[in-house]
Amino acid sequence: MGLVLNEDESLLQDAAEGFFADKAPIKELRNLRDNRDEIGFSQALWKEMAEMGFTGVLVEEEYGGVDMGFMASGIIAEQMGRNLSASPFLSTSILAATAIREGGSDDQKSNWLPKIASGDAIIALALDERAKHNPDNITTTAERSGNGFRLNGSKAMVVDGHVADAFIVAAKTGSQEDGTEVTSLFLVDPNTNGISTERTIMLDSRNSARVDFNEVEISGDALIGNIDDGEHILRKVLNAGRAAVSAELLGAGSQAFESTVAYIKERKQFGKIIGEFQALQHRASHLYSEIENARSAVMAALTALDKNDDNSEGICAMTKAKLGSVAKLASQEGVQMHGGVGMTDEYDIGLFMKRIRVLQELFGDASYHMNKVALSNEY
Amino acid sequence: MTDLKAFSLEVRTWLEDNCPDEMRQPITSDKDICWGGREWEFQSTAQKVWMHLMAEKGWTVPTWPVEYGGAGLSRAEEMVIKKEMKRIGARSPLDSFGIWMLGPALLKFGTEDQKKEHLPPVARGEIRWCQGYSEPAAGSDLASLATKCEDMGDHFVVNGQKVWTSYADKADWIFCLVRTDNTGKKHHGISFVLFDMKTDGVEPKPIKLISGRSPFCETFFKDVRVEKKNLVGVQDKGWDVAKYLLTHEREMIGGQHEVAGSLTRPLHELAATVLGLDDGKLSDTILRSKIAETEIDEWAFSMTLTRKLAEAKAGSSLGADSSMLKYYGTELNKRKYELMMDATGHDGLEWESDRSSDGKLARTWLRTKGNSIEGGTSEVQLNIISKHILQLPGA
Ligand SMILES: Cc1cc2nc3c(=O)[nH]c(=O)nc-3n(C[C@H](O)[C@H](O)[C@H](O)COP(=O)(O)OP(=O)(O)OC[C@H]3O[C@@H](n4cnc5c(N)ncnc54)[C@H](O)[C@@H]3O)c2cc1C
Repeated sequence: MGLVLNEDESLLQDAAEGFFADKAPIKELRNLRDNRDEIGFSQALWKEMAEMGFTGVLVEEEYGGVDMGFMASGIIAEQMGRNLSASPFLSTSILAATAIREGGSDDQKSNWLPKIASGDAIIALALDERAKHNPDNITTTAERSGNGFRLNGSKAMVVDGHVADAFIVAAKTGSQEDGTEVTSLFLVDPNTNGISTERTIMLDSRNSARVDFNEVEISGDALIGNIDDGEHILRKVLNAGRAAVSAELLGAGSQAFESTVAYIKERKQFGKIIGEFQALQHRASHLYSEIENARSAVMAALTALDKNDDNSEGICAMTKAKLGSVAKLASQEGVQMHGGVGMTDEYDIGLFMKRIRVLQELFGDASYHMNKVALSNEY
Repeated sequence: MTDLKAFSLEVRTWLEDNCPDEMRQPITSDKDICWGGREWEFQSTAQKVWMHLMAEKGWTVPTWPVEYGGAGLSRAEEMVIKKEMKRIGARSPLDSFGIWMLGPALLKFGTEDQKKEHLPPVARGEIRWCQGYSEPAAGSDLASLATKCEDMGDHFVVNGQKVWTSYADKADWIFCLVRTDNTGKKHHGISFVLFDMKTDGVEPKPIKLISGRSPFCETFFKDVRVEKKNLVGVQDKGWDVAKYLLTHEREMIGGQHEVAGSLTRPLHELAATVLGLDDGKLSDTILRSKIAETEIDEWAFSMTLTRKLAEAKAGSSLGADSSMLKYYGTELNKRKYELMMDATGHDGLEWESDRSSDGKLARTWLRTKGNSIEGGTSEVQLNIISKHILQLPGA
């Protein structure tokens, strides 16, 4: 059926649940933040994730991965969401692995996929440019230059861009006869002349970067897939990214919810456990219902990707819209039901609110995807 | 998995061969819904043929055992049948409280004789049942019900009143909650009994609703004789039967809009026809966002229904999750009909015209308001989730 985990998936879920709770609990995120860690995540953790096979979850076996598919990748992302575990899983194991797998040349595959699987390379997607996600309006350009290309433009919200061994850059390479612009993807070395990178520490204590490309000369074999054909690879990358971010939102939202329910069973006011107040009970029960629907959406999206469903893009868009709204509700209700302590740094609920805020925005917020769903249904 | 594929092909072929064309047309009036029963007058030969063909296959109640009129299928197989029916727009061959509510309760709590006597006529659409739960002073607080049932040795005698009894004036039999003991706590002393609506002393009086229709009644009982063999489960312990039945009722109500939804056009299509597009977008852009949000929620909820049914075993109850489905599904359905009224504007307000099929939309919109009241209100469902799923204190 796909909406219910099979035996292998259940085993993976147990393994991932134990792994992240043990190796990368919320305490670790606090340590990274409070020690102003140089890269913002633990390299040792990333290596252990590689040993577990997590990093190569979407990489084919011939390149050293475990190739377990999107449902598996979502199961891992969900557990990272529950524990607020920081790692380059999204940038490298989901986005980059999908881009190279879908569009990479043999050389690119054999250069990069084994390193993704072994945890030896971090690759960041340089796509968005302005305040809001807008993949249909890229202004970074790649002009022909000798046998290669010349890149100009600026990227923002490049997740893990501050530590990347390579960027996957989306750039405009021309226009079609009808005037619509066409995009291509390039694998670019961050040390190339003309690239400047600024680490941007975000409100969730995680990292992305602003990256400027100023007359950057790259060779012809940097191209991923065919020239002017970046969009179809990008679609697959974004579907995978939206589903993975949704899975992480599910984990973060569920954990925020469960912690809140636990809190309202302990705190007393007016001589009663506050969980006895019907106003809180009903809001918690509504949230429970929404989280159940959010879980169904995530599972449907991951299943659609695994089946290569024709409507994967629409399903991932609906899922990202739903998860953005539901996880936001979980974090808002969470802070409110905690009362004053919900506003303190000491309690974890605020950390969930911050992470959820970032994930909501990543690859399109609920409004973006509602609009997308409407357009694809011709209204 | 592959078995299901083969099954779905088999179902598809059978439906193609057997479902009359007329039964593949969208429902336009209440009479298009087949309720069965002694008094039922079929709207058309097609309606009759369709019900009989499906009943012969056991597909009016696919998950019931074959010996009681079902086909002994799993929940997953039942979903395949529903999906294939939806694909060709096939109408439900038979809807009834016997199928949704009494059947599951008898399968779990009934004696062999009770199952043999009552289930096959439900499956074949021969007997129509109504539900005697609510009373004037026992609504949300159902367990405070007071309809009196006296043990006369070889039979019972029932006196009292029920209310909101849907289709009591059209039903053949009633499953009824009565009080056999009022000395203990309110959940104790309730019994679950069955009797024929033709029994002396049973009197249903229709109540007119805001939709202008009268689908439900006040039902009075004066010295009604009930045979002892028609007590389901243990005397004084009928609350267990009553609650179990409610989980099935709630699952049905929660999932209902799925079925109904397949018979109407998608909301966005309706809105686009009435309001028009501006540069490819619905001209009312604020309504457009609300529609998109609601349609996404509908999709996610339909995935939840599929997921919960896939997790459940054949014939089993979804337990407290049926309250979640009931709560969310009915609130969603109300939201959807509000948006339909918004989208159709003045047209949707017509009450008596051929153009509006006598106010079909307006009347349905009004009817949806009852969804979050019948079978236990939304607030009651939230109480149940709080208590049984979240295990909050004092819920
Ligand atoms: C269309 C329709 C069909 C029906 N069909 C049948 C039928 O066939 N057979 C049958 O037996 N009954 C039937 N009913 C009755 C239905 O089950 C009751 O109406 C329902 O349980 C609510 O009871 P009530 O009407 O007495 O409302 P009340 O219980 O008086 O509720 C009034 C309001 O108070 C709220 N409320 C009550 N208790 C609480 C609480 N503890 N916490 C928070 N809020 C609370 C309710 O949610 C509601 O908003 C039907 C009702 C409708 C609308």
